Amino acid sequence: MEQSNAIQLKGITKRFGKVVANDHISMEIRRGEVLSLLGENGSGKTTLMNMLSGIYFPDEGEILVNGEPVTIASPKDAFACGIGMIHQHFKLVDVFTAAENIVLGLESEGKLNLKEAAARIREISEKYGFSIDPNKKVYDMSVSEKQTVEIVKVLYRGADILILDEPTAVLTPQETDRLFAVMRNMREDGKALVIITHKLHEVMDVSDRVAVLRKGQYIGDVATKDTNPQKLTDMMVGRATTLNIDRPDPVNPVPRLEVSNLTVFDNLGVKRLDNVSFTAMGGEILGIAGIAGSGQKELLESVAGLQHVQSGASIRYTAMGEEHRDGVELVGKTPLQIKQSGVSLAFVPEDRLGMGLVGSLGMTGNMLLRSYRNGKGFFTDRKKPEQLAETVMEELEVVTPSTSFPVRRLSGGNVQKVLVGREIAQEPSVLMTAYAVRGLDINTSYTIYNLLTEQKMKGVAVIYVGEDLDVLLELCDRILVLCGGQVSGIVDARKTTKEEVGLLMTRFQKEGSKA
Amino acid sequence: MSVTKHSKEPLLRIAKRDGISRPKAYGIRIAAVLLSLVVSGIFIFAVTSLNPIQVYQAMFSGAFGSARRSWVTIRDAMMLLCIGVGLAPAFKMRFWNVGAEGQVLIGGILTAGLMRALGASVPTPVLLLIMAAASLLAGGLWGIVPAVFKAYWNTNETLFTLMMNYVAIQLTSYCVALWENPKGSNTVGVINQSTQAGWFPEVFGQAYGLNVILVLALTIGMFLYLKYSKQGYEITVVGDSENTARYAGISVKKVTIRTMAISGAICGLAGFIAVAGASHTISTSTAGGRGFTAIIVAWLAQFNTFVMVLISFLLVFLQKGAIQIASQFNLNDYASNVITGIILFFILASEFFINYRVIVRGKEAEGK
Repeated sequence: MEQSNAIQLKGITKRFGKVVANDHISMEIRRGEVLSLLGENGSGKTTLMNMLSGIYFPDEGEILVNGEPVTIASPKDAFACGIGMIHQHFKLVDVFTAAENIVLGLESEGKLNLKEAAARIREISEKYGFSIDPNKKVYDMSVSEKQTVEIVKVLYRGADILILDEPTAVLTPQETDRLFAVMRNMREDGKALVIITHKLHEVMDVSDRVAVLRKGQYIGDVATKDTNPQKLTDMMVGRATTLNIDRPDPVNPVPRLEVSNLTVFDNLGVKRLDNVSFTAMGGEILGIAGIAGSGQKELLESVAGLQHVQSGASIRYTAMGEEHRDGVELVGKTPLQIKQSGVSLAFVPEDRLGMGLVGSLGMTGNMLLRSYRNGKGFFTDRKKPEQLAETVMEELEVVTPSTSFPVRRLSGGNVQKVLVGREIAQEPSVLMTAYAVRGLDINTSYTIYNLLTEQKMKGVAVIYVGEDLDVLLELCDRILVLCGGQVSGIVDARKTTKEEVGLLMTRFQKEGSKA
Repeated sequence: MSVTKHSKEPLLRIAKRDGISRPKAYGIRIAAVLLSLVVSGIFIFAVTSLNPIQVYQAMFSGAFGSARRSWVTIRDAMMLLCIGVGLAPAFKMRFWNVGAEGQVLIGGILTAGLMRALGASVPTPVLLLIMAAASLLAGGLWGIVPAVFKAYWNTNETLFTLMMNYVAIQLTSYCVALWENPKGSNTVGVINQSTQAGWFPEVFGQAYGLNVILVLALTIGMFLYLKYSKQGYEITVVGDSENTARYAGISVKKVTIRTMAISGAICGLAGFIAVAGASHTISTSTAGGRGFTAIIVAWLAQFNTFVMVLISFLLVFLQKGAIQIASQFNLNDYASNVITGIILFFILASEFFINYRVIVRGKEAEGK
């Protein structure tokens, strides 16, 4: 073919302590092509790309750009080679405009000419079909606009090899489509593009070729048109897997949690939740969809007693059995009071180590978090938590040297298993999870889906805040869509479509909604 | 922005270790101490042309040369250890209590005041109990004040505890002026010298026996408290993440205030031991910077109170040895301070090599 190699990697190896993150990887990145880099968590994708962008330095091996061996020891060297990486977390200055951010850090002679920069930015935008206002401040921008700034920044510096690390994780389906259109334009222009993503349908949609990594090793590449999601998963995992989520019908759903008129302001006085009302039923999974930061966190934390709620709101817990037919009001109670009033609530927060777990303690110490008050006396009882830790370790296949090994040093998937394992062990009536599979590999994700479905069949009211719409549509029974802190709709997950949910996610947005 | 076209890796690289075995970690620490002695030896020889071995012998004799010297070393190490034990819970909670100096002084003032006032009327055992209780309360109060402000108004505890030191120092100056004895000496003098009322009694024939017993009891108690008690668990959780604590229904305010009360109280008790058990007087140097040195003790020991025993002894040993070589070889204080500095520097730097390893270009072996 007429495609030329932009980058060639020869025997690249990178070790962290005893872990071999990349083991003699040889592959190439071609011009005029979108390459998907696929692999489970910890398979070494990001490490590999970080070596191209000058963040890490390889222990062994050679990098060739345009056929010539190069040394990339810093991000500056990477730019000099024409390599630009768009990271998952944006690195922008909030109070600067798009143009200011784009020229920031560039060494140029003489006076800073922002007008000229703005003109060039417009030129780049038109060429590839971005919509960007060079004079807009970053704090006024949506996530998708910020991402555009990051991409334009890299192009402005003359990069013709672009690496995008999970660019769609924060986008709505519509925004993702627009990003993919831009990526195709850049491909037509002869640029080399690498996209790291976990979502297989996106791989199929946007890429020309797929390269698969597994446990630090290069497994191989395939042309996208010759493969399908099932084959790719098998390559990634190394054996045949099933990708279906089992969704039994809810059995005898009863109200477990009735939320009405919930309004929350954050510390800065910004309204995070606006008059939210819904009912979570036992025996069903209620999905909560929405763009990141639409109030998901505040909603769950309000139920858990961690948010200050405006008066007039009511959160009734109605799973107390015969003697408390009216249930218990949770608004105004502290987490301890909620627990002491007999409410059985489990909560897997978004920030696992920052809120759900104690990073410096081992599994046993973390099991203790929910039970350390049990028993009389001054000292804690460690026997039961120790047993629970052993059970969770066995049943959820947590990989850890011992139950006293600090959980902070476990991998993301194992950290999540410890947290979910502890919360489920409480035998809750209501189980709330926030981004339960974020950053987890396919196998662990399916383990978590199965655990949640298991809880649902036990009659638990499961609330699942998620970001992957495909999973929400397959796993949940009903989906509540949040948009800017308001409920923009509650839909039947069996009947709705991704497009409908996507539109609801941006329903109340004035700008950027292209219906 | 020049890109070298041939492959060349950086000369030195630093990589985080993936955990290290306990014996290996201690090996590195011991190597650091030995290396520091060698470097200090070179320094001694270069500056003074003295035989380093003789200098080290002198240091040892300064700390343990006679029974009396040994007991003074033990007494001072116990003092430092007591403050370190007091700081442990606060630092474990990530509450930067740099106010031990003031907490010790305020406990000392109360002890000295009560000793003067009640020495003639109350029998010593009762007086000791009264003084201990008063110093615990005073130190606790000195700890609670910054904790309350931190808990309710999120003030910076480092500045707050530091400033409380100066309040305590001024109070001490005032009391010294008030209790001056004899007039014009600008010191309090030894309180109850003739009656020894309110002084620690001899235990097993040792003047400082009670100091040792009290401080070791606190050391063991604090170890159990931090490791096995419910309150100790709460301290760990709050120190790790306040959000996790809130999530688990732990009141961060309550734990902060309670822990600082304990921390301050033990430091106050250290003031009681310093006055009733050692100097029998009070001055602004009763704490003598030990409130700050104890921070090093607590951190180096990673809040393990038993390791603190070792570190307290090491620091006091260095200090006593330094004084000895200064007088024996006519060196000034700075020479001995340099030696102490070199040794501490190596010990602190060894922590870096325990957490990281340095890879020299081309020296990377296969596997590890």
